[in-house]
Amino acid sequence: MSMPIPFPDMKPVMPELIMTGAAAALLVAELVFRKKAVLGLFSILAAVAVFFVLSMSFGETFNGMFISDAYSMQFKVIFLITLILTVLLSLPYLRRERVENGEYYSLLLFATLGMMLMASAKDLIIVYLGLELMALSTYILAGIKKHDLKSNEAALKYFLLGSFSSALLLYGIALTYGLTTTTDLAAIAAQVGRGGTSPVLLLAMILIASSFLFKIAAAPFHMWAPDVYEGAPTSVTAFMSVGPKAAGFAVIGRVFLTAFPSLQADWTAILIGVAILSMAAGNILALAQTNIKRMLAYSSIAHAGYMLLGIIAGTQKGLSAVLTYLLIYAFMNMGAFAVVILLDKGEEIKDYEGLARSHPLAAAAMLVFMFSLTGIPPTAGFIGKFTIFLAAVQAGHAWVVVIAVIFSAISAYYYLRVVRNMYMRERAEATALRPSWSLGLAICLTVLMVFIIGVMPSVVIGR
Amino acid sequence: MLSKLFFGYFAVVLVTLSIVIITRKNPVHSVLWMLVMFFHIAGLYLFLNAEFLAAVQLILYAGAILVLFLFVIMMLNIKEEVTAKRFIGCWPAGAALGVLFVVMVASTLPVFQQGPPGPFSIEAIKSATHAKALGTLLYAEYLFPFEIASLILLIAIVGAVVLAKKGSNE
Repeated sequence: MSMPIPFPDMKPVMPELIMTGAAAALLVAELVFRKKAVLGLFSILAAVAVFFVLSMSFGETFNGMFISDAYSMQFKVIFLITLILTVLLSLPYLRRERVENGEYYSLLLFATLGMMLMASAKDLIIVYLGLELMALSTYILAGIKKHDLKSNEAALKYFLLGSFSSALLLYGIALTYGLTTTTDLAAIAAQVGRGGTSPVLLLAMILIASSFLFKIAAAPFHMWAPDVYEGAPTSVTAFMSVGPKAAGFAVIGRVFLTAFPSLQADWTAILIGVAILSMAAGNILALAQTNIKRMLAYSSIAHAGYMLLGIIAGTQKGLSAVLTYLLIYAFMNMGAFAVVILLDKGEEIKDYEGLARSHPLAAAAMLVFMFSLTGIPPTAGFIGKFTIFLAAVQAGHAWVVVIAVIFSAISAYYYLRVVRNMYMRERAEATALRPSWSLGLAICLTVLMVFIIGVMPSVVIGR
Repeated sequence: MLSKLFFGYFAVVLVTLSIVIITRKNPVHSVLWMLVMFFHIAGLYLFLNAEFLAAVQLILYAGAILVLFLFVIMMLNIKEEVTAKRFIGCWPAGAALGVLFVVMVASTLPVFQQGPPGPFSIEAIKSATHAKALGTLLYAEYLFPFEIASLILLIAIVGAVVLAKKGSNE
């Protein structure tokens, strides 16, 4: 029985193909170009090229394993924005830290490719493989400062805990496959509809959820985040705090709503617990931090909690609120990290004392990002929180939103502490700046977007 | 009954061996115990009528990968595992979580019901021959995951080189 293997439709995977090609080309180009900044610019070009191909790639291919729809496309736009901003942050940072190697950009592109696959996955196998592709690349990126013990620790810790969470995911997938004999998300839902739910399916769902929650750094799977964020190179921390988190939300939204709609009551209950725990752990532990990267790590745990509210709502509106929030979070968080990199010595919250007097523009930018992270209008952070809380209230989870608002108020303390240090504290020798065109561009873009979305939310909402 | 006995043997031995592997002080011993474990995994595949997988398991894992493991361990010249004091001593919490997990699995698995069987019954595989059935599936239906897996391997190689090679900044 020799049957010809039909050639699959390549149009929907075009963006991924370009990304793969660019990442592979970067590996070779690394040998040719001595100036590594060229490679960074090339990766930005690749991201822009992918962006333009994206809108032409609607469709399903590879036996329904891969789908390119509006949902995946919106996530991919967030990934590409994250990638471009990360490259802009990396260019001066790598030069300063003397870790310029070409593989860095290639690994960034591969990590983005993994995220794109996760967002488009319609089969649990693709979810797993995309997640591994993303995770392996980020493990290496976290440890790319080979001579820095903290970077080594970050990479090792992330790798060990990440492998553990992958094992949980595989166990969950295996149980689901045993119950339904399929890994296709829609077919799982259909089979569950025929055969009815069972406690085993619940166990499988919990295992799969644990792995995804690990990736978005939600409590109680958040232990790795502060150490890894602190130890990893700052540009990689910026990337990790947005990219893998967005990819995690992409698969949570897709897998839970497509494959496990029959367990909605169960996973809503679990996610409410996780969301409240994340907001509590993130916001309360952030109060005690003295290192800004650790503080932003705890803040990212808290933000994962807010964003889970959109998934908990379980509605289309909730999902689009998550997307809006992720987009806004990408801009404000990357912006905050850009300012951290801009400062010659900016890792401790103490370092920001007197910044407003010595470098008013940098201080003003940081002020905008801190206000936005707190959620104060007219910045974008307010719009993000507003839409997500509104979606959760409309879905009937008002009490969770009340808790979220309380924790959000607590968060003002540690965000505004940075602002207080900058504007109300004096210091004899304030930290010097390390200006560069790409950092300037990144900060200008992010500040601009934080204000544009904050003042005219219609540019991102209601599309 | 006999099949249950076989499976029980493999299951118990595999779990015991896994524990033995991670508790050995000498890494070479660990690797050699791993060899025994790989043989048992191959046995499990055979028992599932997956001869091709069993052969691959033996040739690739027991034959090639383990040798590489031994090479690396001997090159590093580790006689005894380096032991350091634990940073955090919260093993009761870990043990409690582990017990909770076991209870959860043990309480749900008795109600496990297998889903509808797929198209690949033992007879279908026998008539198509094993390697051919697997190959057709891998290169037609599962082509996409197969290609992603190759990218993951590429990343692993790149990562090993990036992290292991001497930097220009030393």
